[in-house]
Amino acid sequence: MTITAKCEECGAGIAIPNDAIVSEIVECKECSSEFEVASIVQGRVELKKAEVAEEDWGE
Amino acid sequence: MKLSITFDRLRWEEKWLIQEAEKLGCATELIDVKNLFFDVTGNSAKNEFGDVVLQRCISYYRSLFLTKILENFGIQVVNTSKVSETCGNKLVTSMLLAKAGIPTPKTYVSLSSESVAEAADSLGYPVVMKPFVGSWGRMISLANDAQTLATIVELKESLQNPIEHMYYLQEFVKRPPRDIRAIVVGGEIVASVYRNAGGTEWRTNVARGATTTAFKPDKELREIVLKAAEVVGGGVLGVDAMESKDGYLVHEVNNTVEFKGAQAASTTRIAKKIIEYVIRSEKR
Repeated sequence: MTITAKCEECGAGIAIPNDAIVSEIVECKECSSEFEVASIVQGRVELKKAEVAEEDWGE
Repeated sequence: MKLSITFDRLRWEEKWLIQEAEKLGCATELIDVKNLFFDVTGNSAKNEFGDVVLQRCISYYRSLFLTKILENFGIQVVNTSKVSETCGNKLVTSMLLAKAGIPTPKTYVSLSSESVAEAADSLGYPVVMKPFVGSWGRMISLANDAQTLATIVELKESLQNPIEHMYYLQEFVKRPPRDIRAIVVGGEIVASVYRNAGGTEWRTNVARGATTTAFKPDKELREIVLKAAEVVGGGVLGVDAMESKDGYLVHEVNNTVEFKGAQAASTTRIAKKIIEYVIRSEKR
């Protein structure tokens, strides 16, 4: 069963992959906002805003 | 042994690394460092990091600070803070590569905007301007002439961060529309790919849309790549090179190498190689 969470920016549904784990980044297909999976409890997923890329990000 | 993989943004690479660690039977924990704080004047960190830490933070400064904290507590980190400091700063990398006799693009550094134009004239146009710290090709500019350079400098001077008011200029190397990414793990090249620039983009970063093609490096390239990896301190690294008319030039060594692009073209399980190396490298 696919889990869906609500985008707090635009209200669209965000499909959470079945193998998602805490801290994984998910993106709203409607508005491109990025969220981080904060918790997964009994099939209920909580999201929080993902950090925005900083100048020192990279490899 | 117990392994920790520290991160601040969970990428494809970290998920794959933990899967490979589990397959190898290595007790592994993913640790989101954004949740942590430390008594850095104390004697030890909580015993949550295990025997060795694979550092995978996407933020350079966060990664460097955490590695220094963990090393101060006697915890082994791959890569070391010394490697991180070297690879994270293009000035330090360029100097080290040149001093070791590894072919690298000619590079000038100006310590203020007053000397940039003269430096660029001396280097010869076109020149490539790069940030001292940064990745993914971000903020890398190509100035074909003095007017373009002046515009870039004016923009950088308007930024608040003082590091933006010093300038790293590199010769523009004539090369095919691709560069080379070699992933080196513990002194072994585990994958080599061409990164083919996408569309009208001149930069060859996968983050800029480059596609990858695997190839077998020749003897000259193997030697240069392995020497570059060794010179910066070894570990798990992404060595970037260009094909110039005079031979290969190493222009960058990446400390927290992303390998999704290389893996797409390679049959070697890169994450497995990394985990095996980390297990091997644990100090006993």
